Amino acid sequence: MGFSYLLTIITFLPLLGVLVLLFIPSEKEKEIKWTAVLISLLPLILSIILWLSYDRSTGGIQFQDKAVWIPALNVFYRVGVDGLSLPFVFLTAFLATLSLFYSAYTINTRVKEYFVMFLLLEMGMLGVFVSLDFVLFYVFWEIGLVPMYLLIGVWGGQNRLYASIKFFLYTLAGSVGMLLAILYLYFNTGTFDILDVAAKFAVARPFVENFGAVSLAFWAFFIAFAIKLPSFPFHTWLPDAHTEAPTAGSVILAGVLLKLGAYGLLRIVFPIFPDAFSYYCSNLPIIPILAVISIVYGAFVCMAQTDLKRLIAYSSVSHMGYVLLGISAAVVGLGMSDPTLRDSATMALNGAVLQMFNHGIITGGLFFLVGVIYERAHTRDLDAFGGLGNKVPYYYGMMLITGFASLGLPGLAGFWAEFFVFRGAFAIMPIFAVIGAVGIVVTAAYILWKIIQAVFLGSFDQQKWDDRTHHAALSDMFTFEKVTMWPLVFFMIAIGVYPPLILNMINMATSAMLGL
Amino acid sequence: MDLATTLKLILPELVLCIVGLLVLVLDLIIPDENKKAWLPYAGLLGLGLALIAVVSLAGQNVSFLSGMLAVDSFAVFFKFLAILAVGLVLLVSIDYMKDRTPYRGEFFGLLILAGLAMSLAAGATDLIMVYLAMEFLSFSSYILVGFLRDNERSNEAALKYFLYGATASAVMLYGMSLLYGITGTTHLAGIANYLANGLAAPTQLWLVIPALLMLLVGFGFKIALVPFHQWSPDAYEGAPTPVTAFLSVGPKAIGFALLIRVFMTALPEFTTTWTAVLAAISMVTMTLANLVALKQTNIKRMLAYSSIAQAGYILIGFVSLGLNSESSFNGINGVLLYLFAYLFTNLGVFVVAIAFEQATGSNNISDYAGLAKRAPGLAAVMLICLLSLAGIPATGGFMGKFFVFGAAIQTQFYVLAVVAIINSVIAVFYYLNVVRYMYFTPPAGGADQPIPVPGLFQFVLALTAAVTLVIGLFPQPFIEIATQSVRLLAAS
Repeated sequence: MGFSYLLTIITFLPLLGVLVLLFIPSEKEKEIKWTAVLISLLPLILSIILWLSYDRSTGGIQFQDKAVWIPALNVFYRVGVDGLSLPFVFLTAFLATLSLFYSAYTINTRVKEYFVMFLLLEMGMLGVFVSLDFVLFYVFWEIGLVPMYLLIGVWGGQNRLYASIKFFLYTLAGSVGMLLAILYLYFNTGTFDILDVAAKFAVARPFVENFGAVSLAFWAFFIAFAIKLPSFPFHTWLPDAHTEAPTAGSVILAGVLLKLGAYGLLRIVFPIFPDAFSYYCSNLPIIPILAVISIVYGAFVCMAQTDLKRLIAYSSVSHMGYVLLGISAAVVGLGMSDPTLRDSATMALNGAVLQMFNHGIITGGLFFLVGVIYERAHTRDLDAFGGLGNKVPYYYGMMLITGFASLGLPGLAGFWAEFFVFRGAFAIMPIFAVIGAVGIVVTAAYILWKIIQAVFLGSFDQQKWDDRTHHAALSDMFTFEKVTMWPLVFFMIAIGVYPPLILNMINMATSAMLGL
Repeated sequence: MDLATTLKLILPELVLCIVGLLVLVLDLIIPDENKKAWLPYAGLLGLGLALIAVVSLAGQNVSFLSGMLAVDSFAVFFKFLAILAVGLVLLVSIDYMKDRTPYRGEFFGLLILAGLAMSLAAGATDLIMVYLAMEFLSFSSYILVGFLRDNERSNEAALKYFLYGATASAVMLYGMSLLYGITGTTHLAGIANYLANGLAAPTQLWLVIPALLMLLVGFGFKIALVPFHQWSPDAYEGAPTPVTAFLSVGPKAIGFALLIRVFMTALPEFTTTWTAVLAAISMVTMTLANLVALKQTNIKRMLAYSSIAQAGYILIGFVSLGLNSESSFNGINGVLLYLFAYLFTNLGVFVVAIAFEQATGSNNISDYAGLAKRAPGLAAVMLICLLSLAGIPATGGFMGKFFVFGAAIQTQFYVLAVVAIINSVIAVFYYLNVVRYMYFTPPAGGADQPIPVPGLFQFVLALTAAVTLVIGLFPQPFIEIATQSVRLLAAS
């Protein structure tokens, strides 16, 4: 039901944008920039329309498009959204528009290539969220790799050569394992339709009887998504990639690309391998262990950072750990017979998905803010800053709000996600929940101490500033930077005050997933 | 069979033969240098006619010339591939060879005659014909590789290639003679028939395996599989770059065609044996080639090892035959699709290399620094083709890999599949190394002038990039062609 082709249009509009941009001469930078921003507004508007026209009474997958693609291989072009993917379609379009807007002011070399790559990346990400066919999913998944690789490598920081290839190889290594698992699923169920495979695979290859083979397939998928998530111990690509990417690239990387991993876990691994997932979350609790390590270890590593951007990068590891914890709690809770535990499972899952959305908004905001100071000081060394609170009050205020949202202050978005995750997890896997809660404390520590205190509080040493930044001008946020942050802050406050704004939609999907 | 039918069936070869010899002779006769410049284009016209002739033969399934040759969909597919390869290489070599050798007529003539050899090989259904066609192709290749008479590298490459090839074909011939000795016939179907039904003395059977292995030596040499690949890096590096491009696609594809036809038609009784051997060879080939390629600094040498590794991937498709499946998703289709995509992808990479060498004289990867600024079109085509070789989706190379990996999973060659994906990741490193130089590294001081690309090159580059993307995004028609091509072979 709903408008036909809406998802197809949303997904391929960026491609149309690329074609339009290719015809604009490279010298006309202004035209290129604003055409790109305008074009990116279209998927954003359409995704809002999508959100509003999603039929909440029926739920489920809607706006399905299906077309024959490669009949010889049983591969179809199948797209659709439900309460799980819709918020992220919106998030992708939203962050892409903001990033393109921000980039229009900050990117001045090889402008055309930059905006072309960015639009291709947007298409890849949108495609992953709407795909309902494995091959289509895989194609979009990989298509997102190349533009990101080029974005980091061409417009990135000092160490960009290392960071870009590390990102590419790491993610690709996971993806090819996933490819084999996809093929394995196909030859055991006869279809590439994700929903169909979910229905058929558990019957075709019960976990109990085919422990080895199903485990391998499960881990192939899990590792591919855990690399993207990123979960300890597959997170080591992230600090380098995030730090070296251009600001808008980091925003998209943290804001959307990491969500692809979590989305994959929920859309693919959870429905297709419920028994294996449950086994590795409860009987052999490898996954919750990885989750809490990500949370706590990630938080502690943040405490040791001296580079502001790297700090925020590691905070992503820590925050996505909450997502993994919520998912594992939900998986375990699903298998339990006690109905209150099922409630807790739903809560944990809701929290996890909400955290995915929140993290996109909040950490996206954090990276934009890092960009602000980097554009002025051309250094991200925390040691060079200090006492900026009086000098740049608007920036201070923005950073405060975003920082508080990140550490989970009630009244802002981050609180609800952490609350639901831990409320759910505590009932199902109390030990892991308690260990994970330590992470919240450390998160507060690194945000308040390492970011707020180190950068803004204390007295401003003009001499040190001049030495470290070579007499850079310290101006407060420009209008374009403010305009970039306002929508993000709006969401942080709106969801913090009234979470049903998004939670209702998420709940529809998670309830369906848990069979309630 | 009457003469008219025979002539019609052998028309592509006839055209190629006439055109090739004509180019050779006209080059000798015509004194005027300006008129001679038309020769390659005349050759291209002839190739076009041959291509039309090949297409006109589609859909037939005939054996003729005393069972020496056959015209079936499989043969038509590979003839088409071969002539296409020769045509595209010829296009780009016109400019390249102009200043490098006075013997241009011979070059083009030899190239076309190599195409003839490949065309004959595609349809060979008798061991003698297989040997003759292979030798014909080899000899043409040896001379083409050594064509730059004043270039030491070229001479060394040709000599290495020749010595290695001579040994390999001698071994293969011996293997063929063993098969003849056991079965009493050199006709492929006849051999299969004998081995299946008419074995007079079962004690002779043990000889088939060594014969099989010796045949593998010959085919492995042609395809450049480990451990018969040693000639390849030096030959590729020393040869004139258009010849390298030709070697990497033409003889490789034909080697596969021969391997598939001979093993599937003559030795179906021994499928388990040669499947196992080829699986091992595939794993070793991929691994060794990818690991050594990591260290290369010369683009031609890197692409040589890359081609060896690609042959390893393609071989996976042949190992996991999947003939029993009703769907098109099987290994043999994968081989054909992969070879077709590989033809365009590899030619794309080499044409960029040729254009670069023409403009700068260098084949060092580090000299590609800043190519994105100097020649954005070249860099873009190179990027697309390298991504295709790496197996990134939306390209033909991915489709090929998808097929062969799928076939491997389907036939439960799990270890092979895992080795293959590990190698895919390793390979990405050296493919992206070139991308790194092109896009991320500024041009070396003083070497940042724009690079001119002749119109003919632009056409070939656009064509290869476009076809690579089309096969990746809309593979259905190509899969159907591949399925058609294999159907009869599988049924026999």
